[in-house]
Amino acid sequence: MDNDLLPKRPFMQKYHVKGIGYSVLFLFLLWGSSIMTGVEWGEFFTNLDQFFDLLGRMAHPAWEYTNIVIQPIAETIQMALIGTTIGTLIAIPFSILAARNLIKNSVVRGIIRFILNLVRTIPDLLLAALFVAIVGIGATAGVWTLAVFSFGMISKLFYETIETIDEEPLEALRAAGANNTQVVVFAVIPQVLNSFVSYFLYTFEINVRASTVLGYLGAGGIGVYLQRSLSSFRYDQTAVIVLAILLVVIVIDAVSNNLRERLQ
Amino acid sequence: MTNKVKNNWARHSWIFWGILVLLFYLWSIMGLNFSGLQESAGEVSKSIVEGLFHPDWGYFYDGSGEDLFSLIIQTLAIAFLGTFVSAILSVPFAFWAARAAKENKFHLRSTSGKFVLVLIRTFPELVLAIMFIKAVGPGSFAGVLAVSIHSIGMLGKLFAEAIENMDRGSEEAIQSAGGNKADMWILATMPTIMPEFLSFTLYRFEIAVRSASILGMVGAGGIGTPLLFAIQTRNWPRVGIILLGIIVMVTVIDYISGTIRKKLV
Repeated sequence: MDNDLLPKRPFMQKYHVKGIGYSVLFLFLLWGSSIMTGVEWGEFFTNLDQFFDLLGRMAHPAWEYTNIVIQPIAETIQMALIGTTIGTLIAIPFSILAARNLIKNSVVRGIIRFILNLVRTIPDLLLAALFVAIVGIGATAGVWTLAVFSFGMISKLFYETIETIDEEPLEALRAAGANNTQVVVFAVIPQVLNSFVSYFLYTFEINVRASTVLGYLGAGGIGVYLQRSLSSFRYDQTAVIVLAILLVVIVIDAVSNNLRERLQ
Repeated sequence: MTNKVKNNWARHSWIFWGILVLLFYLWSIMGLNFSGLQESAGEVSKSIVEGLFHPDWGYFYDGSGEDLFSLIIQTLAIAFLGTFVSAILSVPFAFWAARAAKENKFHLRSTSGKFVLVLIRTFPELVLAIMFIKAVGPGSFAGVLAVSIHSIGMLGKLFAEAIENMDRGSEEAIQSAGGNKADMWILATMPTIMPEFLSFTLYRFEIAVRSASILGMVGAGGIGTPLLFAIQTRNWPRVGIILLGIIVMVTVIDYISGTIRKKLV
């Protein structure tokens, strides 16, 4: 048999250089990360009883605390609603400016998108810490945090929606001599309104979740009480708060999911 | 023609919804105590912006291990290790929560699994971090544990959905060739869903990087601790450089992860 006739696998394929290389890199990253973070599973398992002790104390919620929790829970929802609304109102003009099919000027679009990308990278608690420093402790800081946070998220969802619309009504209006504002009002908005409301509800859901911990840094809502109970080691109260958060998030999610399904 | 005989409710329901939404907004605006801006607000925001434009470059790297560069690497390590552990832990949860048939809405195993995942998802990550700090002491290990457990909630859900929507053809092929359940799982199920699992894990890693950068605010390691300290001591140039560091880190990770995910699916 003449072996030369058979196609030969190149070195890279024969010895699985790529696969082995990636695996080694991955293992190296895992090893490096464990060194970096000081992982000691032994310590974790020996101290596990402390963790369960804590869980055990949380298993006996202080039900009398429920009355105190109701007001801050309401404040949390209010913060989320107002914050999401402000964020959405600011996001609408930005999303129109960032949409490829409406704004042909790529420089404007590029700058707007760059700003939006920057805003989206900032974690919500970090914004909360900054706003607490700017406007002081209280719900106002939470509202601004959520406004900025939802602004970044909603503008992206909105401009992606705008980019998927049907172009023909726009053309028809332009052919009939409509200016840009008229095109947006009569051809763009009717096509995107349902998705906009749906995304608004989705962001509202996320903001309710986020707003429950913002108070930890002083930005109002239930998080303030969460922090208070944790720092005074009253885990029975923490349990009530966590249960209240759970209840609110599940209810809001269910309502919002139901409404979003109706919109489609 | 049927459109014309809409009943009164269908025609006027928007009024009801409108009033409901209005009441909801009124309740929110009345309930919130807008304390107004404190007098120093303008001054503070001015110094923040100034700090952002004049970052404290000396903090970037000073070889002490407490500088921006080392802490950013530490943050990434927390997110990486946490996501890795949680991806492994999520697989059994996903098979628990995945619905076998799409027809029946309620299924004891699947519904209970989904409920557990909702519980994990809603449990605030910060509280989890604090609980782990009690167990292993403050530091990045607590952060790793918090990320590992909290991520199960979302990864388990995404994995379960991937299992529900997967193509069952290859499983059937193994079965008809005489393979048992284990063969089916190893040769058909896992290879079919692996790319999606990896893609979701990378996506979750992007989120974990963001949360790892704030976990430090409660003492769970990473860049969050010096950030909170700098904000509290009003050291705005320091805040500026840390903020820049986080923005660059998140952007780079999002870009890398996005590129890999595009190749996977």
